Amino acid sequence: MSLTPTPGQTVGPFFGYALPFPHDDELVPPGTPGAVELRGRVLDGAGEPVPDAILELWQADGEGEVVQEQGSLRRAGPFTGFGRASTDADGHYAFTTVAPGAPFFAVTVFARGLLNRLFTRAYLPGARDAFLDGLDVDGRSTLLTRLDETGPVPGYVFDVRLQGEGETVFLTYPRHRP
Amino acid sequence: MGVTAVASSDSAASSQAEVTAEIEAIAGAYTEGAESQPRLDYPPYRSSLLRHPTKAPQQADPEGVELWAPVFGQLDVDDAEADLTAQHDGEPQGERMVVTGRVLDGDGRPVRRQLVEVWQANAAGRYIHERDQHPAPLDPHFTGMGRCLTDDDGVYRFTTIKPGPYPWRNHRNAWRPAHIHFSLFGTEFTQRMITQMYFPGDPLFPLDPIFQSVVDPAARSRLVATYDHDVTQPEWSTGYRWDIVLTGPHRTLLEVDTEAAE
Repeated sequence: MSLTPTPGQTVGPFFGYALPFPHDDELVPPGTPGAVELRGRVLDGAGEPVPDAILELWQADGEGEVVQEQGSLRRAGPFTGFGRASTDADGHYAFTTVAPGAPFFAVTVFARGLLNRLFTRAYLPGARDAFLDGLDVDGRSTLLTRLDETGPVPGYVFDVRLQGEGETVFLTYPRHRP
Repeated sequence: MGVTAVASSDSAASSQAEVTAEIEAIAGAYTEGAESQPRLDYPPYRSSLLRHPTKAPQQADPEGVELWAPVFGQLDVDDAEADLTAQHDGEPQGERMVVTGRVLDGDGRPVRRQLVEVWQANAAGRYIHERDQHPAPLDPHFTGMGRCLTDDDGVYRFTTIKPGPYPWRNHRNAWRPAHIHFSLFGTEFTQRMITQMYFPGDPLFPLDPIFQSVVDPAARSRLVATYDHDVTQPEWSTGYRWDIVLTGPHRTLLEVDTEAAE
C-alpha cells in the first residue's frame, strides 16, 4: 500500500520553547576527551545570518556504528548520536560531539521562512564517496567541512547557505516526492 | 514571477488583497496532482524570499545513519507530557480538546514507539515565546508544548486546548489560521518531518500563504484534522482526529531487493 505523504510546513518563529531541550547540542559533555565541535553559520540569500533556524544532527559514533539508544532528550546515559542546535543572533550554531567513524554527519535544517525541512550532509575533510563524486566542484565544496583548530575545541566548520552564491547542496531521497 | 517583483521579506506593505491575488495566480497556473509538498519558493510568504534554495535538491541514495532514526523512549518522554492542560497548578482557558491519530509510513505501516512533539498558541492566539508580540493575554496555566511516544499501532494522543488564530506581519492584517505544530520521526532519518495541523472549515485558509504554499488542494486537505465525535468525551472535551503519513522507508526495500536477488 502506497500512501501520499502529509505535506511539511515551516517550523515558524516560535519553536524556541518547544524543540530545544537541555544539552540538546551536547552529544557528548564538553570536555570529553576527543570531543570536537560541528559548528558554523546559517546564512540567507543576501548573506545575512539566519537567527531563527534550528539544525538537527544525526550521526554514527566514533567507530562508525549507528547507535540505537534512547535518552537524547534527557542526557545522562550513552551516546545517542542525535542532537539539536539553534542559531544565535549571528546565525552561529555549534554541536559538541565526536567525529563519526563514517564519512558524514547527517544534518536537517529548519527555519522560519523555510517552508519544508532541508536534508544535507556535512562530510569530514577529505572524504570521498559516489555522491560527492557526482557533484561539481562548487557543490562538493559546500558539503566538505573544514577543520578549524584555532579555538579551544577543534571544530569541523559547516556553513549552511540557504540561497545564492555558495548555496549548500541539499538532498532528496528516492522515496521523496515534489 | 521573480523575487524582485514582490516586496522585501520584512515588509508589511502589501495588503491582503495583493497577497490573495498572488496566491490565486499561483494556484491558477498549477496542474492538480503534480505536487504533494509545499513549495520552498513561495513569494506570498515573504520570509521565504531569501530563504529558499534556488537549485534543485540532489538525489542521494540514503546511506549509513540516514537509513536509521534516533531512538526515543521512556527515558526521554514522561506520559504526563501528552496532557498540555495539566502542566500547571490550574486549568488553562479555552476549549479543551483531544487530538489523536496515527503516524504511518509511506507504505501504510504504523510508526511504532516514536517521538511526536507538538507546540501551539493558547486559546487567545498567543505563544509563550518571547518574540510573540501579539497583545493577547498569556495564560499562566498553559505553556503549549507537549510530547508523546506513539504506541504499537502508531497512535499518538494529546489533550490540549484549541489554539486561537493570531496576527503576524507577513502583510497588512495578516492572520494565521489556528494550528498546532507537529514534529515527527519515522524509522529512518529520511522521513524526518515538521508540519502544522489545522482545523476544519477555517475561514482564514484562502488568505494564508503558509497553508497555501501547499499548492495542491488534495495535499492541503491532508493538513486538516477531522472533527470526530467518537473522540469527543461526554462532559469533558471535544475530539479531533488527524493521521500523518511520512515518506516511504528505504531500508526495508533494500532488504527486499537483496532477498529477491538471491
